[in-house]
Amino acid sequence: MGEMKLFFGPNHPGLHGNFSVHMYVEGDTVIRARPVPGFLHRGFEKLMERRLWYQNLALIPRICVQEPDINEACYAMAIEKIAKVDVPERAQWIRMIVLELARIANHMWAFGGVGGPTGMYTSMYWSVSDRDKVLDLFEELSGARIYHMYIIPGGVRKDFPPHFEEKLVKLLDYIEGRLPEYETFVLKNRILHTRLRGIATIDTETCLKIGVTGIGLRATGVPYDIRKIAPYLFYDRVEFDVPTATEGDALARISLKPQEIRQSIRIIRQALEYMPSGPVNTKIADGNGLRIRVPKGMAYAKVESTRGEYGYLVVSDGEEKPYRVAVRGASYPQGLYGVEHLMPGTRIDDVPIWLDTMGVCAPEIDR
Amino acid sequence: MSEKNERNERNEKNETKTLQKSFFAPLLGWKALFEKPVTIRVPKEKREAAPRYRGFHINDWEKCIGCGTCSRICPTDAITMVEVPDMKQEYGMKPQRPTIDYGRCSFCGMCVDICTTGSLQMTREYIFFSHDANDFYYAPTERGLLDKEPSEIKVGWTRDESSELLDLDRILPDAMESSERIDSFVEFVKAYSKEQAVAEAARCVECGICVDRCPQHMRIPEYIKSIWKDDLKDALKWLLKGDEEQSNLGANPLSGVCGRVCTHRCEEVCTISHRGEAVAIRWLKRYIVDNVPIEEWNDAVSFDTSKTDKKVAIVGSGPAGLSAGYFLASMGYDVNVYESMNRPGGVMRYGIPKYRLPDEALDKDIAFIEAMGVKILTGVAVGRDISFDELKNRYDAIFISTGLTLGRSTRVPGSDHPDVVQALPLLREIRDYLRGEGPEPKIAKRVVVIGGGNVAMDIARSLARLQKMKYGEVNVTLTCLERTYEEMPADLEEIEEAIEEGITINPGWGPKEVIFFPDEDKIKGLKCVKCVEVFDENKRFNPKYDESQVSYFDGDMIIEAIGQAPDYSYLPEEWKAKIQFVGPRILTNNLRQTQIPWLFAGGDIVNGPDIIHGIADGYWAARGIDEYLDSNGNVEK
Repeated sequence: MGEMKLFFGPNHPGLHGNFSVHMYVEGDTVIRARPVPGFLHRGFEKLMERRLWYQNLALIPRICVQEPDINEACYAMAIEKIAKVDVPERAQWIRMIVLELARIANHMWAFGGVGGPTGMYTSMYWSVSDRDKVLDLFEELSGARIYHMYIIPGGVRKDFPPHFEEKLVKLLDYIEGRLPEYETFVLKNRILHTRLRGIATIDTETCLKIGVTGIGLRATGVPYDIRKIAPYLFYDRVEFDVPTATEGDALARISLKPQEIRQSIRIIRQALEYMPSGPVNTKIADGNGLRIRVPKGMAYAKVESTRGEYGYLVVSDGEEKPYRVAVRGASYPQGLYGVEHLMPGTRIDDVPIWLDTMGVCAPEIDR
Repeated sequence: MSEKNERNERNEKNETKTLQKSFFAPLLGWKALFEKPVTIRVPKEKREAAPRYRGFHINDWEKCIGCGTCSRICPTDAITMVEVPDMKQEYGMKPQRPTIDYGRCSFCGMCVDICTTGSLQMTREYIFFSHDANDFYYAPTERGLLDKEPSEIKVGWTRDESSELLDLDRILPDAMESSERIDSFVEFVKAYSKEQAVAEAARCVECGICVDRCPQHMRIPEYIKSIWKDDLKDALKWLLKGDEEQSNLGANPLSGVCGRVCTHRCEEVCTISHRGEAVAIRWLKRYIVDNVPIEEWNDAVSFDTSKTDKKVAIVGSGPAGLSAGYFLASMGYDVNVYESMNRPGGVMRYGIPKYRLPDEALDKDIAFIEAMGVKILTGVAVGRDISFDELKNRYDAIFISTGLTLGRSTRVPGSDHPDVVQALPLLREIRDYLRGEGPEPKIAKRVVVIGGGNVAMDIARSLARLQKMKYGEVNVTLTCLERTYEEMPADLEEIEEAIEEGITINPGWGPKEVIFFPDEDKIKGLKCVKCVEVFDENKRFNPKYDESQVSYFDGDMIIEAIGQAPDYSYLPEEWKAKIQFVGPRILTNNLRQTQIPWLFAGGDIVNGPDIIHGIADGYWAARGIDEYLDSNGNVEK
């Protein structure tokens, strides 16, 4: 049988976001795979150079739709580093809670995501409806469900609304109660085992070579987590573990997610306990929102996203707009190099599994 | 055994072991059959958005001033300001309102956080559909996108202290304490430092509402932005050249003076003042002028002009006269300014006290005006040293700006006593004395000032300083008809500072007669009666008194500062008869032309006492004269 070219994406139920892979196949075996990014390229980095420091807050969450808060946090932290601003303690704790909530929501989404390529849609319905409960809280907190635009340079926009903490604790209890059900229903499921075990594997060496971090790397047994290695916010003041696995396959990666959710819940509970009252933001410069200027300088801020190291390099020449902002999308290595190097030899239907369990996020590759 | 070891090892390393597959596990899914669906069946079911929800906008048109700050912060350019026809025109308001394109809006809520008046809010409404795309382009009103009763609309995202995007607090320039400043005539408000000025400039939102209010339409947002960018030469250019594309509208040759003593109407309408303190436009202007050395002014400001052979005479070197001279010179005219006093400047030199406007500041502005080619002939009084008709013969056009030089008297019994003095001549004497050009004026130990305007404040505060310097204590009582500080025509700032300096202010009293010591020709004080109403229904000055309430204010000397009048004695009767007057003021057209085509007038004799109005008069008169002489000034004739 001759070689055939198959288009995977840019629209496909197994994909979040528009991303395409051109597969050259023989039978159902992939001979070559060529990732085709760019469908979500909106020129974020260049656009940022033309907008005021504050205006960018409405733009950056779009670089990662499922987990927008990491963008806001990186951007804010990089600016604060340049401006040498001390963010009020309460704001830092709130940011931690927001980031962990976002991690929970995103892992939930991933449970749904894996339903696509494996055909296990019930898992998607369950987890997406539970994720909605997290979004409800985001709505209470920030006024929006997806694009929160809540973390700003200098702190966060507003303090907790009334009774937010009680609602948050209630949600954490609920999710904690749901996790065993997910484990039973999703992770013990025969379909999932058959489709994921030993599929889309990667080893530590390849991970390090192409730059994969996050769950992809941790599933090969390396406890690499920026929250531990280079703690930002107050991650050094809370106790949590970094779950790892050794198999390095799709099943190991998906199995880590409930563990990570448990750790996130643990972090949020501690944050709620340690959080002092007080102001939630401070000014990074004199003047109104139109005239905020960040002093001349350059800084890189990174956070641990659900897909690995996520970072913003912000360069300021002291003017009212950024001189340059560069985004390190966490799924860049696995989305581009990973597809090109690791997909040959696998089957057609393993490609979406790779994209999914590695959390390839198209807009952060396209930027 | 090996399996157990492996598990222990995994536990120590905190490693997750993938779960064993199970045949029965998927059966758990049946559980969901007994649960309620999570989907919302619109439109049968409705979901209420969170109290902070960033939904469709509402805008209170009564509160909104059309400043356009929302449209400038909007990250997606979704908000455009649209002119509203038939909208009432008033100062501090632009006849435009924001219009939002929901095809672009990202619902970030920054427009709400920066709204200068708080009129713009977001609601908890989020469902809207229409077949017509134009319906998504909407000017928010109180009724919202869904056209509901305002009481039915639930407000969502609102601005609070932490989400505030404006900088509401003014940066105050360093100033001397009242105890310190009362000992001398040193200018007590210090200039901004660079850091202070840049930080203050960063508070401006560039709405331009101040420009509409300024009589000269100075380009305030532009020069404030230049300060913020730390480009003072550019800022100076905006001050001295204004808008080059609009015939230098907005230029102010007396920026150093206005940076200190302007009545700053601009700050009264500043959008920031709706919720906070107005931007210190006046102090920022002073910062520019003070911080560009005079040698560099020529580099920053040059006019592309060629000489004409037309000559213009200006009578009076006050704000209007100097301003007219500056603009005429910039158009290439030969300008001579006639000044009866020994120094140029008029009220700026002889009226305003030194502690508010030191000579050096005025000299800097005048030096540049002279450098433009304006000749100022001091000590030459028209009517005395040179006749008005001779001026008419020598020059192609004449601009008169002689100001209000005569004081008004209360004409109460006893006011003809030599110790009852007019404020204006005394202020003149004090300034000459402080310059070392005149004798020490008579200063009494106890002084009563009559009047509630800025001149009354000036004389009261000047005398307080002189008393402190001579006798070591302040004893000045100020009384006026107006019953409250707000009603008094003087600036509140002036009143507060006067009180700080130890001046007693008694508002709401009308002078009745001067009381003398029995058998002595020495003033004991002033008898006053309660004033119950200053203006009548028609808002005309018509004070009413309650004669039963009497008060006495002790003083050896009484100063009258109740208003000034023009002196037209230099004008020959034949010309005077042709000029149209409104009360004491001269009526002119927009270009400050009187009924005599070659005679233009401006300043206090046209618009009442105000420096910036005088400067505007000078500008328009210059354009009027240019038009009259049928020359655009740039062409060699």
